[in-house]
Amino acid sequence: MTVRDLLTSEKFSAISLPDESREIKNVYIGDLLSWVMGRAKADDAWITIMSNVNILAVASLADTSCIILAEGVTVDETIKATAMDKEINILTTNMNIYETAIYLNGLL
Amino acid sequence: MKKYFYDLHIHSCLSPCGDDDATPCSIAGIGKLNGLDIMALTDHNTAKNCPAFFKAAKAYGIIAVAGMELTTAEDIHMVCLFRTLEDALACDEALKEKRILMPNRPKIFGRQLIMDEDDNIIAEEENILSFATNLSFDEVPEFIKGFNGVCFPAHIDRPSNSVIAVLGAFPPNHSFPCAEMHGRERVTDYAVMASIKTEKMVFSSDAHQLLYIKEATDFIELPDDDENAVENLFKALGF
Repeated sequence: MTVRDLLTSEKFSAISLPDESREIKNVYIGDLLSWVMGRAKADDAWITIMSNVNILAVASLADTSCIILAEGVTVDETIKATAMDKEINILTTNMNIYETAIYLNGLL
Repeated sequence: MKKYFYDLHIHSCLSPCGDDDATPCSIAGIGKLNGLDIMALTDHNTAKNCPAFFKAAKAYGIIAVAGMELTTAEDIHMVCLFRTLEDALACDEALKEKRILMPNRPKIFGRQLIMDEDDNIIAEEENILSFATNLSFDEVPEFIKGFNGVCFPAHIDRPSNSVIAVLGAFPPNHSFPCAEMHGRERVTDYAVMASIKTEKMVFSSDAHQLLYIKEATDFIELPDDDENAVENLFKALGF
């Protein structure tokens, strides 16, 4: 499944989409960035509610395929621009983290 | 210049996790015994014990700073200090709108006692104080500035409720001139991580019990002018 495939569902919308062809191989969930840093893996879709600019550094470090902001969380314009610049896909969904995880599980 | 020995992060019995014996009066008294010159009272998301602390500190000849330890939406702790007691109390009032108001459960979290300067309980805060507010880490400095206050990240060397633990690192381009550390170990490493000069690191106790209030170990050099010590302190910290 790719990030593009997720966006075909109305449940997700793109905040930053520099590379929609990124493959999603697995899912990681977490909000404590110091924790996520050492545990999220390459090609994970990372579900979080954290919207601080540091999510970009963590996603970049772990090389996740996309960040999914749950519960309708969004980010400001500066973070959006930086995400495009650093080539980090960010999606948002109104589903909560559990619902998002279940939804992804059905697709993987 | 004069050496002012300080402890800028102390909790009283108003913090749910603060010892009931840590009354504003006792805190000032211990500070005197320990040889401190400047002390800040920083309860979780409130300054309501600062009026009593100011009176007690004055009686003991301690320079009191009104403050609070604000919990951000991300559960990061920030030390907030104010130029005057009135500024702190105005911030306290405004912060009430930003708190998640849930009744405290004293048996689980501890009591939240508001005291006068003679150790009498004058009220008990009903809603739990230590929980997150809805102010994000990025929003706090501006909010505190609105009350002529300054703020900086607390205990950045601790594994919980610190900016580094929660956000993985200091956000790039942050505007904090100083930060608080709990211990002196790895101060150089943390200074680099935070892009803050080593000499701007503040070492405070975060005492929740009288026993842990600092001895006269850390000082800051300020003009020999007790009247303006708080303003001079803020300047020396880089604000």
